[in-house]
Amino acid sequence: MSISGKAYIAGAYEHPTRKADDKSVAQLHAEVAYGALQDAGLTKDDVDGYFCTGAAPGLGPLNMADYLGLTKLRHLDSTDVGGSSYVLHVGHALEAIALGQCNVALVTLAGRPRAEAMATGTAPRSWGVNVPDDPFEIPYGRTVANAYALCAMRHMYEFGTTSEQLAWIKVAASHHAQWNEHAMLRKVVTVEDVVNSPMISDPLHRLDCCVISDGGGALIITRPEIAKSLKRPLVKVKGHGEATKNQNAGYTDLTYSGARFSGPRAFEEAGVRPADIQYASIYDSFTITVLIQLEDLGFCEKGQGGKFVADGNLISGTGKLPFNTDGGGLCNNHPANRGGMTKVIEAVRQLRGEAHPKVQVPGCTLALAHGTGGLLGTRHGSATVILERE
Amino acid sequence: MATPASNRQLPAIQVDPTNKPYFDAAREGRLLIGLCKDTNKHFWYPRGCSPFTLSNNVELVEAKGTGTIYTYTVMRTKEPYCVAYVELDEGVRVFTNIVDCDLDSLKIGQKVKVVFKPTQGDSPPATMFTPA
Repeated sequence: MSISGKAYIAGAYEHPTRKADDKSVAQLHAEVAYGALQDAGLTKDDVDGYFCTGAAPGLGPLNMADYLGLTKLRHLDSTDVGGSSYVLHVGHALEAIALGQCNVALVTLAGRPRAEAMATGTAPRSWGVNVPDDPFEIPYGRTVANAYALCAMRHMYEFGTTSEQLAWIKVAASHHAQWNEHAMLRKVVTVEDVVNSPMISDPLHRLDCCVISDGGGALIITRPEIAKSLKRPLVKVKGHGEATKNQNAGYTDLTYSGARFSGPRAFEEAGVRPADIQYASIYDSFTITVLIQLEDLGFCEKGQGGKFVADGNLISGTGKLPFNTDGGGLCNNHPANRGGMTKVIEAVRQLRGEAHPKVQVPGCTLALAHGTGGLLGTRHGSATVILERE
Repeated sequence: MATPASNRQLPAIQVDPTNKPYFDAAREGRLLIGLCKDTNKHFWYPRGCSPFTLSNNVELVEAKGTGTIYTYTVMRTKEPYCVAYVELDEGVRVFTNIVDCDLDSLKIGQKVKVVFKPTQGDSPPATMFTPA
């Protein structure tokens, strides 16, 4: 049984804040939930499915459901695969709606690592207690930055990828961010700017890394009949795939990501090919994240990502594959250190024709959003959705 | 340009009942790795089940303590340090640090050997590598 197209994204909202000194995390969740419901033309009492992650304060979805006053819930999902969670939640909402488990699903994300001055990328961090890999990784100073740098170094060794090629990914993001009034970094940068920025973790420079921002976002996913009764353009969830990738019992291969598994699943369900995609939101915690995912999703051959992204190929209007037209995590925002939500939101904007006119892909009817959550160099979640304008 | 590896303070290691034999051996300067007795394959990191069969028919066996750098990166913090995966001669790739060397001289494929470095308090030593 195919569930392709049995749910639609009817509401999407991105919080405009990038530094929320004056708001709690719960308040931010409420503001994005309200924004997405307003966008859809629904109210909180229409919501009967709620999705969030460990970034939501409290025990799974319980405290936020209470805070938000959600009293009609009959479907809950707090699957947490880091920043990729919100892409995965779109797929899970599709499954739940197709099975009749809920009619209106709300997904929320919010956080304020910037206001809290969190050392997001450069301080060793555990994901919890009793984590069995911690004693074998945390003492060695495993951080987010170095867990991605390890992949970049190996990719360069195996395929001859260069820092200049990686820099093109940031350059493209900055070309898009200049038009986004909310973006943290709106200045257009050059390849030289990126490779001359301070080294953080070889071979990744400061400008190869995403921003640290506060904020959040929310989505409303609903049954086709409900979506068609609303006033917003119709964005169908056409395909979804999810996967984990791990160390493979010590035989880890850092040249690929979980996108190698989640991507084909999403394409198969959607019945389309990478060449059909007109716009792609690609998780950009670091430039290397984008490059490896593009290869694994099938936009180019393995090892050819450097050539594929070079010379502005990801810039909307000139490149073959417009990506992250909001400026992405590299320039716009990375709320709660989790970029999957904004990846879906910008794909929805493109399909609605509501991206900034300078970056809008003309006649955009088929888009992809992809997330990687956790650490590319150790273990991570991977989620892909394919969305279609009807 | 040279960047000497820093002697940064290492945090205490969380020893649990399952990984204790590994860390007891580390205190004696011996590097152990997992062996699945169902398949006769080595695995990393040490754990109480076989990641190949999920049975508990596993044991820790002594490794030679030599290998090559599979990949590495130098964290350019105030106290620079090198994070790496070292591929042991037995085949498994170990998340570790490369120490006691010029961090700017390292290369993928370089031969390394195990060294054990003290951590905080009574905690067991960390398993690291240095150019062979």
